[in-house]
Amino acid sequence: MKPRVGVVQFPGSNCEQDCVRAFRSLGAEVEMIWHAEEHLPEVDLVVLPGGFAHGDYLRTGALARFSPIMAAVEAHAAAGGLLLGICNGFQILCEAGLLPGALRKNAGLKFICAWTELRVDNVDTPYTGRATPGQVLKIPINHFEGNWYADDATKDRMVANGQIVLRYVDNPNGSLVDAAGISNGSGNVLGLMPHPERACEALLGSEDGKVILGSVLDLIGRSPRRPASELKAVSGLESAT
Amino acid sequence: MKTVHRELGLTDAEFDQIVARLGREPSYTELAMFSVMWSEHCSYKSSRNHLKNLPTEGDRILVGPGEGAGIIEVAPGLAVAWKIESHNHPSFVEPFNGAATGIGGIVRDILSMGARPIALLDSLRFGPPDDPRTRFLIDGVVHGISSYGNSIGVPTVGGEMVFEDCYAENPLVNVACLGVIEHRLMHGRGEGQGNAAILFGSSTGRDGIGGASVLASAEFDDGSLDKRPSVQVGDPFTEKLLIEASLELIRKDLVVGFQDLGAGGISCPTCEMTSKAGTGIELELGSVHLREPDMEPFEVMISESQERMLAVVEQERVDEVVAVCSKWGLEARVIGRITDTGKVQVRSGGEMIVDVSADALAEEGPVYDRPYERPRWIDELQGSDPGAAPPADLKEAFLSVLSSPRVASKRWVWSQYDHMIFLGTIEGPGSDAAVIRLPDRKEAVAITTDGNGRYCYLDPYEGARLSVAEAARNVACTGARPAAVTNCLNFGNPEKPGVMWQFAEAVRGIGAACAALGTPVTGGNVSFYNETNGRAIYPTPVIGTLGILEDASAAVPMCWAEPGHDVVLLGTTSPGDLGGSEYAKVINGTVGGLPPELDIEAERMLIETLVEVAPLVSSAHDPADGGLAISLAESAIAGGIGVRVDDLGRDDLHLMLFSETPSRAVVTCPPGLLKAVLAVARMHGTPARRIGETGGDDIVLGTLSVALQEARGRHDDGLTKHLSATLV
Repeated sequence: MKPRVGVVQFPGSNCEQDCVRAFRSLGAEVEMIWHAEEHLPEVDLVVLPGGFAHGDYLRTGALARFSPIMAAVEAHAAAGGLLLGICNGFQILCEAGLLPGALRKNAGLKFICAWTELRVDNVDTPYTGRATPGQVLKIPINHFEGNWYADDATKDRMVANGQIVLRYVDNPNGSLVDAAGISNGSGNVLGLMPHPERACEALLGSEDGKVILGSVLDLIGRSPRRPASELKAVSGLESAT
Repeated sequence: MKTVHRELGLTDAEFDQIVARLGREPSYTELAMFSVMWSEHCSYKSSRNHLKNLPTEGDRILVGPGEGAGIIEVAPGLAVAWKIESHNHPSFVEPFNGAATGIGGIVRDILSMGARPIALLDSLRFGPPDDPRTRFLIDGVVHGISSYGNSIGVPTVGGEMVFEDCYAENPLVNVACLGVIEHRLMHGRGEGQGNAAILFGSSTGRDGIGGASVLASAEFDDGSLDKRPSVQVGDPFTEKLLIEASLELIRKDLVVGFQDLGAGGISCPTCEMTSKAGTGIELELGSVHLREPDMEPFEVMISESQERMLAVVEQERVDEVVAVCSKWGLEARVIGRITDTGKVQVRSGGEMIVDVSADALAEEGPVYDRPYERPRWIDELQGSDPGAAPPADLKEAFLSVLSSPRVASKRWVWSQYDHMIFLGTIEGPGSDAAVIRLPDRKEAVAITTDGNGRYCYLDPYEGARLSVAEAARNVACTGARPAAVTNCLNFGNPEKPGVMWQFAEAVRGIGAACAALGTPVTGGNVSFYNETNGRAIYPTPVIGTLGILEDASAAVPMCWAEPGHDVVLLGTTSPGDLGGSEYAKVINGTVGGLPPELDIEAERMLIETLVEVAPLVSSAHDPADGGLAISLAESAIAGGIGVRVDDLGRDDLHLMLFSETPSRAVVTCPPGLLKAVLAVARMHGTPARRIGETGGDDIVLGTLSVALQEARGRHDDGLTKHLSATLV
């Protein structure tokens, strides 16, 4: 049975079609979920894609967290369901309190679209099973607000827990501890600023995005399918976020 | 009444023509509508007589000039939309919103054809980059493009950035957009008596009143910055919703026709759509949703508020259309009905305030056969020193040209643009042409914009031909076959015979070159009155060429792939081609003499050679600004591999290195394929010879030797060193 992926489309999302194409090319069954829905369909993985949800007005992700679908997304995550936020999706996860910290404007106060190198610092997550420890991935970034920040206590705890999953080799935006991708305490929620869906084809410059997207599909393929509603909340989730 | 029309930009003769056509004096609202529809910007009254001579037909051209965008068939059942527009004046007055709404406007042009916008190119021209006001303009324009383009999710994949003194007080912001027809081709026709006219998208406000007439169709002077209220304000979020809603309406077959609202506001699509269809329209102004209360009827009719579309819809589909718009959070209101009167009739508060023929507004504007005359100064200019004198130090000259703002890396600019979204950017910014794979297809198109105001200043006919040739060559370097051209013609005041001569000559040149290269003109835009305080810009036709590549994976890059590859020069260098060159300007401070002479037949054969040789070569790049030396350096820097070229001919080295002879390209290939490459060239009669080899850590051109690292450093910071610390 194919892994089932749901990509949430907010008004102003713009990477949703790219996510659909990338996951389909990796063998997943993908459907789009409109932000105004109140229930998630039966999916193994929920993706919040990049873009400018609700125009990013007020603050990036600040309005999107109030979209009707977000209650169901939060429940899915709380039950241990897999949840991936890419770029604007990562910003929404921080605003929703599903991931710690906040994303500030880039240190250079400019939008940056560029290839970056990321080091995988934790291979024991649902999103990095295909990676070797310390493996460097070539994946592009495309954002104005990707400068991750958290208070010292939170940052230290996250570093100790291995929640700083991906780090920039050459920090492009001033992100604390070079963080490019972080997870919650139980690891089922990952947010990252780089766009793995843009790096799944040699013709586009890199296939390293498959390490991340493929890892989570591998995991889904290995585990017996359980409806999201049956997934048990993982202990430590609350304290970690 | 006699003076009001002048304030609106109409001449006394034009006013008399309106009175004669109506058989009465126009109402103020009618006059306002005529002023925008008969403006230079909307009516092409000075350019029409010349533009009609351009070649516009070809096997692949499904829609030519006159619609929202040209439509080109890529493969059976697969078509793309392609168009360029200028937003020069707004960008000078208010650079951020001027550039942003320039993007918004061209994107809606593409959308109005039923195409999803999938790529943007920006062709920008500014004054010297160390001038404070220019820096402000650059920062605003780049930020405006970045903010708007990134947000609507359309990649900005290339373009140009050129610096000349003549653009200091009249920058050029030309934006080209590529779209792909998703469901079916739409036409902007208001068919079907009784059908509803639905205005959807943003509300109508007081922004952009008179943008087409007061701003775009007049010269500037010192007071022009007071025209800021005529600049529109963009909202990219609403534009994104407008794109998705419009495409959903087409996908669900809910609309008969639609057109975007740009210059001229509501006046424009209402008269154009009905004029094309031979119908009429009745509007109720009270139904337009306004941004602020108490707007005057004329303001509602000509407001250029952004992010709006007008759809013509069968009555029984109205609810469904409103539902789709409302899903996307967009207001949609029926503001009128299609009639059979041939008229645009507008009611406000029960009173008929506009009652005019749609044809009179859309089609019967004045056409001027403006007098033109070759200016006397041109002889002196062409007879002046082209600036070919040798440099004091060849290496320093090479590095100076390589790091001139015009030649230097534009990474600072394009790294602020999303150039990757849609997973189609096979070759992006910094390439000769961007190669865009079409969504879920193997086919790609190569697109580029090229213009050379300096050449056109020296000789507008030859300069225009050279621009067409360069754009076609850039596309062919990627392996794509040039198929169609869109053009943006930026000139001074057409009421001056010298400017009109430049325009006539340039259009004649474009026509001749496009006909010879088999690339019809599918539309474009004319921007006159690019003058401030009486000083005109260089005549600057910008050519947007689109080429077709059957297999995206076969695209040829411009960078060296590997050391040890043979470097082959296609074409021949004429050592005297330095008139208007980057070398002459940077090293000798001169713009004079004659531009290089173009042999269009040689160009055509070179293009055939490039297309055919594509499967054999590892890179291709044409020598343009800065000549062969810069072309070789750019490929070396981009590939991170040095080069050794020994065979540069017997003339003075600086002439061979910096001459800008057209109809040349540098290709590389593995040694085993050299014979095959030379054979293809010979078959097409294109001169070809091996001039060197890739490899090493230096760029060695005859007796000139520069470390690759040093060259890269100068190329990388050539532009940014001119911009202030706060910008970098």
